[in-house]
Amino acid sequence: MTSVTLRPGGRLLSGAVYGCLLNVQDELDRLGDAINEAPYNGAPTGPVMYVKTPNTQVADGTPVVLPADVDQVRVGATLGVVIKDTLTRASADQARAAIAGYTLVNDLTVPHDSLFRQPLKQKCRDGFCPIGPCLVDAADLPDPDGLTVRALVNGECRQQWSLAELVRPVATLLADISDFTSLYPGDLILVGMSPDAPLAGAGDTVAVEIDGLGRLENPLISEGESAR
Amino acid sequence: MKQARIAFEGRVQQAWEDNGKVRLADGRRLDESEVTWLPPVTPGTILALGLNYADHAAEIASQAPEEPMVFLKGANTLVGHRAFTPRPTDATNMHYECELAIVIGKPARNVAKADAYDYIAGYTVANDYAVRNYLEGFYRPNFRIKSRDNCTPIGPWLVDAADIADPMNLRLTTRVNGETTQEGSTKDMIFDVPFLIEYFSAFMTLQPGDVILTGTPKGTVNVMPGDEVVTEIEGVGALHNTIIERKA
Repeated sequence: MTSVTLRPGGRLLSGAVYGCLLNVQDELDRLGDAINEAPYNGAPTGPVMYVKTPNTQVADGTPVVLPADVDQVRVGATLGVVIKDTLTRASADQARAAIAGYTLVNDLTVPHDSLFRQPLKQKCRDGFCPIGPCLVDAADLPDPDGLTVRALVNGECRQQWSLAELVRPVATLLADISDFTSLYPGDLILVGMSPDAPLAGAGDTVAVEIDGLGRLENPLISEGESAR
Repeated sequence: MKQARIAFEGRVQQAWEDNGKVRLADGRRLDESEVTWLPPVTPGTILALGLNYADHAAEIASQAPEEPMVFLKGANTLVGHRAFTPRPTDATNMHYECELAIVIGKPARNVAKADAYDYIAGYTVANDYAVRNYLEGFYRPNFRIKSRDNCTPIGPWLVDAADIADPMNLRLTTRVNGETTQEGSTKDMIFDVPFLIEYFSAFMTLQPGDVILTGTPKGTVNVMPGDEVVTEIEGVGALHNTIIERKA
């Protein structure tokens, strides 16, 4: 198995980090009729994207500071897909061939009910996107859509979901994104998050696991508390 | 001082404005049509404001926002001066948006309004195109309307902050095929530049090179393939862009 250590901002992870809303079937089902009501007024026709900005990106083990106005965060356990070749208006087969590999991502999110506006204050806080610990070569994970994702708080598994539940499987998702937003070498795409993600607060240690990708683990600390 | 990033003689170079010419580091002075213009900055984060001018808010929405209406864009959107922007064949309303772009100069976290200008490296012009009929209701504005490839021309120059005496009193003008279609002033922003730096830096650390697109005044109209769109801000620059067709 080929894997290398990932560093946010390093050569392998030099581009954008994009997340996807509503790419897990259960997430869509929970919305129910609300999807057709105001303010949403209908199901999205393509992938619903958001940005995890560079200030959010930290490595495995880095303490994440919860700002004073944030008591709890959701543990956003997901698979991250790293791109190696530019994708523009690509097919799923082209997209599959352009995947460098996979890693773990914890899309830490301040709980929010409205999905109407882009969630900057909920998702773009400093340190709110642990990534790593390794990039595992695509050839070593031929079937990412069958993997199980686990979210842990203080070592205890609090959520488990399967990537078989993705509305758009990995290659289809990349292809559909590339219809309007090109993906470039070093970009990282988070494939989606399942509902019922556990909450955690300062003093907790949060982790993400997928078999074959290891464990991504970060302590949460409160603002003002210095990292050891 | 006004500087640019250009491609010339097979490499990316820094260049400077010099009496209407483009001056290279070796002193040669070129016409602006001789070089390929690149975005003057390569931001890690591109923040953008919606509905930040009351007249434009009234034009497309029922009321002005009480808190900045903010969204993020990918670097895939940026193209330089004199570049081309595709209009999908199924677009029914694709409009330009002339915007003052703030470029951050040093890491900014919890910056007070009174200190905000200390954190600005300079200014440039952006044209934040939207394909209005692609607007949807989740995490809006969704990427398909606002984070499209090549749909945010930016440049030509990065103008030093010190050269712009009052960024809150600059005339904005858009011309389509030579005819003026949009006019406004940065003094009509709902949330001004110092406010925005305080607002963003209260919840995220801004980094050097990050860009804030500060919104557009009224006068956004549909443009078609072949149209030449010039977005100009007094003292900052005139950014040229041409619309081309993209098969839907």
